[in-house]
Amino acid sequence: MDLSLNGEGGNSVTKQVETICITTGPIEYSEYVTLNIGPIHPAMHGTLRVITRTDGETIISAKPEIGYLHRGVEKLGENMSYAQFLPITDRLNYCSAICNNVAYEMAVEKLLGIEVPPKAQLIRMIMMELARIADHQVCVGILGVDLGALTPFFYLIIQREEIYEIFEWHHGARLTNSMGAIGGVEADLPDRFHEKWPKLRNTIRKANDETDRLLTHNRIWMDRTIGVNAFCADDALNWGFTGPMLRACGVGRDLRKDEPYLMYDKIKFDIPTGKHGDVFDRYMVRMLEMEESVKIIDQAYQLYKEFPDDAPLMKKVPKIIRPPEGQIYHAIESPNGELGFFIKSDGSDKPYRIKIRPPCYMVYQAFEDLVKGEMISDLIACLSSINVIAGELDR
Amino acid sequence: MSLKEKVQAVIGGDLVELTDFRGDLCAEVPKGRCLQVLTRLKEEGGFDFLSDVIGMDNLHLYEKKKQKKGKKAEEETKPEKQGPPPPRFEVIYLLLSLETGERLQIRVRVPEDDLELPTITGLWRAADWPEREVFDMFGIRFKGHPNLRRLLMWDEFQDHPLRKDYPLEGKGEERHLNYDIG
Repeated sequence: MDLSLNGEGGNSVTKQVETICITTGPIEYSEYVTLNIGPIHPAMHGTLRVITRTDGETIISAKPEIGYLHRGVEKLGENMSYAQFLPITDRLNYCSAICNNVAYEMAVEKLLGIEVPPKAQLIRMIMMELARIADHQVCVGILGVDLGALTPFFYLIIQREEIYEIFEWHHGARLTNSMGAIGGVEADLPDRFHEKWPKLRNTIRKANDETDRLLTHNRIWMDRTIGVNAFCADDALNWGFTGPMLRACGVGRDLRKDEPYLMYDKIKFDIPTGKHGDVFDRYMVRMLEMEESVKIIDQAYQLYKEFPDDAPLMKKVPKIIRPPEGQIYHAIESPNGELGFFIKSDGSDKPYRIKIRPPCYMVYQAFEDLVKGEMISDLIACLSSINVIAGELDR
Repeated sequence: MSLKEKVQAVIGGDLVELTDFRGDLCAEVPKGRCLQVLTRLKEEGGFDFLSDVIGMDNLHLYEKKKQKKGKKAEEETKPEKQGPPPPRFEVIYLLLSLETGERLQIRVRVPEDDLELPTITGLWRAADWPEREVFDMFGIRFKGHPNLRRLLMWDEFQDHPLRKDYPLEGKGEERHLNYDIG
């Protein structure tokens, strides 16, 4: 390089320095790598997409993109009768379809101002708690799979199949259940349930116990989950978290206790809470909730047995439902949190507006705050522990 | 103090209408005072949790009512006074008090010629995606929102699909997607 400062040579040096400055100026930005994860990727449950910027393996920003499974459920609902919309609610959270069905049925019943017979309420409760166990089993199992622990998944999924067998006996479907009807439930508990449940409750607890022994005090599991994506309670409430995500942060809010519906006020159960809101606490909350659900089913079954066989299961509802004008919001505690249905009626046989408040929608919008500063492999752990269901997220 | 009295005390003069249907309380407030009322409800009223933000299009709702009323008026032969029709859109905020477990709906009417509301993401960050969804589905803009882009539909999409004048089967947009190939 010619370093003489005379004439053209000097100019060329300064020019060179300038060009170096220009290229080296934004170098701290250009070192970040933009990494696109999803929408089609085995670890991105369903059709989720996250655009991350990473510094090495540390996440600087993560922007979730949603809408790949948007089917316009709310628009469809405006063009259907109230009963026709019921099978569509299965397709929201397909891991626990029964909770969606019952939430919708209860919202319409609130709009109509009717109360379903007590025996039907107990059947709904038993089925919903079974669905909650199945949902948590999937969530915990998949969390294990995503972190490299394949075995507990099989322990849990075998029990889930047994639960699905009960669903099949009751209303014929395994995954997209469409259980019940507006005004009650269509059928009594199947006869085989009475023999099945005393055995099943033990095998569910055994599977949980085995999962617990494999994972909870496992060194690798603890390293991968404790302190990962820790979140504080104030932020969680500001972001609108509900369900296990909020309880893992230490807020014991559960709609089954705070706004009791069906017969939950007659049943004794605890609300497990965590402290740090990290992946480990979410996992523990879900594991303990399964135990509580088994307790709830036991008590609800005891109450159920007090009713005679021919006790009514359906409230009389007109064939074509025409609720009075008005708007209501009704929420239940689904496995992921507060699942609400807002329905506005204009007095006709079709809902004027249906708005669904999916629980994981509110959690997933805080995704960037959850994973910022973590590693990419922790992003996958975070996603599995939130239990984002694309069908419910995009509607 | 019942919830009704509490709401009346907190909102005060800004309350346009308070309706009660099946135990769900809905308070209507004027569009210009929406942010102040929500701030007061959060800080003084104890409604510290935002459940959801819901958009709504009332395009045909009032036409139907008018028709019904018109028929009745003809039967009864009583001329009826007709004021200006209510604004087309409305936004409903679902609030919740964590302490008492009370729920409240705040309704703000938005006329078609002025589709803008102040954002409440400063009060609750939970309003981030719901507001984007209302913008996506109804075209109501939220002034001051940090990232007001479409949420569920793709960015090139022109219409607002949950409006009542948008057809159920769509307008065929998906068949005219432009891909830059080669």
